[in-house]
Amino acid sequence: MAAKPTEGEGPGALGTQYRLGSDPHIYVTKHMHRFANPARFLRIAGVATPLTLWPGLAITALGLAWGLFYAPPDYLQGDSARIMDVHVPAAILAELGYAGLAVAAAVGLVWKHPLAEVAARALAPVGAVFAAVCLITGSLWGQPTWGTWWVWDARLTSMLVLFFLYLGVIALSNAFDEPGRGAKSAAILAIVGAINLPIIKYSVDWWNTLHQGASITLTGSTIAPALLWPLGISALGFSLLFAATVLMRMRAEIAQTRVRARARRMAEAFA
Amino acid sequence: MFRLLLARDLALARGRAGAAALPVVFFLLVAVTFPFALGPDARVLAKVGAGVVWVAALLAALLPIPTLFEADRADGTLDQYAARAIPAEIVAAARWMAHWIAFAVPLLVAAPLAALLFGLSAPAIARLELALLLGTPGLASLAVVAAALTTGAREGGMLAGLLVFPLGVPLLIFGAGAAGGSGAGAFKLLGAATLILVAMGPFAAGAGIRAARG
Repeated sequence: MAAKPTEGEGPGALGTQYRLGSDPHIYVTKHMHRFANPARFLRIAGVATPLTLWPGLAITALGLAWGLFYAPPDYLQGDSARIMDVHVPAAILAELGYAGLAVAAAVGLVWKHPLAEVAARALAPVGAVFAAVCLITGSLWGQPTWGTWWVWDARLTSMLVLFFLYLGVIALSNAFDEPGRGAKSAAILAIVGAINLPIIKYSVDWWNTLHQGASITLTGSTIAPALLWPLGISALGFSLLFAATVLMRMRAEIAQTRVRARARRMAEAFA
Repeated sequence: MFRLLLARDLALARGRAGAAALPVVFFLLVAVTFPFALGPDARVLAKVGAGVVWVAALLAALLPIPTLFEADRADGTLDQYAARAIPAEIVAAARWMAHWIAFAVPLLVAAPLAALLFGLSAPAIARLELALLLGTPGLASLAVVAAALTTGAREGGMLAGLLVFPLGVPLLIFGAGAAGGSGAGAFKLLGAATLILVAMGPFAAGAGIRAARG
């Protein structure tokens, strides 16, 4: 039953057949199609969720405890540099999350895989939260270090634009009454955003060098190994938590679709 | 077919000349509002003038977005186009060109007026006009994409701002830079940013139109 969940979404969403045999991309995308089967996905995700969630929590706790309490303070910035153990992983995951969102959106648009739409919808809020965490922790770090909550630095500005792009994708996917429409529109926006991101990044860099003077850039000094270890560990922990959250959101979304479909069948049966 | 669609869109725009003038009036209003907030110091105004005019243009570009495709979707015109196998990309491209003519040409006429309010010099006004001429096609393309993606949405108008702002950042940066006298490089980059948006716009908007038809 789960292999063909035709109910619940509009045409082209969960109702689409894959027609594996007639697909010219079969050799390229064989594995993608194999994992796009919702039943197989749920089986794998059911195993993968606890495998990412619990080690993710443990490793994050280890990395943060190490970085926040046991690692020596930075010789220049003192204790405030410890927030980097949260800030840097959040920044990396916010950017990688957008790349994942764009790939899921493209797969959803081109091959009309229902799972890709589910993945895109599940990814976007998680990525937005990581971008927000990155901005907030950066601001908290900037106050004692730079003496100001916000600097129009190129990197800060790019992350802010990325955050707004996430918000646009989320808002668009929730803006429609007909169910399939929001996913499609949001997917188009995510792809347009992905094409534009390098241009936005470049334009912000260009603008920042144009207005040079006020901004204080991060020093390019190498990080001491004693501080690098907790950073790497918490980055790994954050990544596992990111994966676990996305997997849980995807499973919840699929479950919701099934509940809706079931309610509709019941209603039809008793009508 | 492109020319037929363009003629139709332009005729419709002519019929609603009053509505088409609103974004330009709004553009001037935004530009006029800034001196009240910043104070009448001529040096300050001359310094921020080019940037303010660009911000006003970006804000004015948001206004017509909810009207660009909504009527055609509601009365079934988009379905008629699809039934006649007219590619959605052609529809989007024609709409982009009509929108640029209806929106940007009056804006280009009004821009020197706004620039005079900020006391910009003649060469600065010429730079601003050239920058707007280079940048508005990209701005119009973004508006058409946002309109196609949000047509039929709840709160489509407010949503459009959220879509256009991040994607419009390069236009704003290069446009204000070019108008503010950052040299020929800024004009080239502005042209490049516009070209990418114009090249991509019809395809993204076309996909949006198809999604809107369901």
